[in-house]
Amino acid sequence: MAENALRIAGFSFSSRLFVGTGKYASYEVMQQALAASGCEVITVAVRRERLYDEQDRSLLDFIDTDKYTILPNTAGCFTADDAVRCARLGRELLEGMGNPGAGWVKLEVLADTKTLLPDPIGTLEACQTLVGEGFTVLVYSTDDPVMARRLKAAGAASVMPAGSPIGSGQGVLNPNAIRIILEDLKEGDPDYPIIVDAGVGTASDVTVAMELGADGVLLNTGVAHAKQPVHMAAAMKHAITAGRLAYISGRIPKKLYATASSPLEGTIAPTRSS
Amino acid sequence: MNVIVNDEQHRLEDGTTVGQLISRLALTPRRVAVERNRELVPRATYDRTVLKDGDQIEIVTLVGGG
Repeated sequence: MAENALRIAGFSFSSRLFVGTGKYASYEVMQQALAASGCEVITVAVRRERLYDEQDRSLLDFIDTDKYTILPNTAGCFTADDAVRCARLGRELLEGMGNPGAGWVKLEVLADTKTLLPDPIGTLEACQTLVGEGFTVLVYSTDDPVMARRLKAAGAASVMPAGSPIGSGQGVLNPNAIRIILEDLKEGDPDYPIIVDAGVGTASDVTVAMELGADGVLLNTGVAHAKQPVHMAAAMKHAITAGRLAYISGRIPKKLYATASSPLEGTIAPTRSS
Repeated sequence: MNVIVNDEQHRLEDGTTVGQLISRLALTPRRVAVERNRELVPRATYDRTVLKDGDQIEIVTLVGGG
């Protein structure tokens, strides 16, 4: 297949799909969905100890830490300071487990609980601090091209613009903004990874993002809350492949009028009306 | 002395270390990370980090998230 691996700051992955571990009906469903998605990177959150499921089980009993690279997030942080503390705790946890994800973080600094939109100023501030502390920062951002440019300049290993708000299932609302981000951040640096993060509702949303030229997609709710999460995870896997191949293949330009696929010459004599 | 662990009061003997606190709470050390007064306590220093009265401790783990 004419498809290269996804490379992010020394990591290399054959799957371009990152899947979250939140909001599944059970850990068993999560496990099966992750397997069906073919993903190699999973996201997790850092929370106070003693958050077990009903049967007193931990997420960590259901994740093969040798198989997956774990990307800890700073979800739930509304200030740069809290996000930095959360990132340090996540690194400490993954170092303790010997997981390769220990050096990186999915940075989120959110504005409020209703929109869950990124706070651009807090995000930039935390990004600068964490890069300074040696983290590989994958940063969740709005789809604002200028913000994306600032985050890359601050040393982010990947900028991850939202397709639409977290968990909203609205897909890629502003493909033109994503296109500008891709063009701008990849200019003279074609391998700089851009991952569309958040808002995926169904498989075609993933394909749209990949057809635009995104290097990958990160999603969670679209799978976890589907009626059949395991089937949806498989659909997402195929959507990544379809979108990536379509992007590499180069789509035809859109035209206003038809262009015949069958030759117009050599058609049989038209029937004459008598 | 009293320390606050994840917003709960805990009464501990003077001289208790972070390592001792973790074993008293029956936690698996490799599955938790610890902050003391908002500063990370590196795993390697658990046994020499002695708690003080009024310390605020956060003990966290990994949970499902996107």
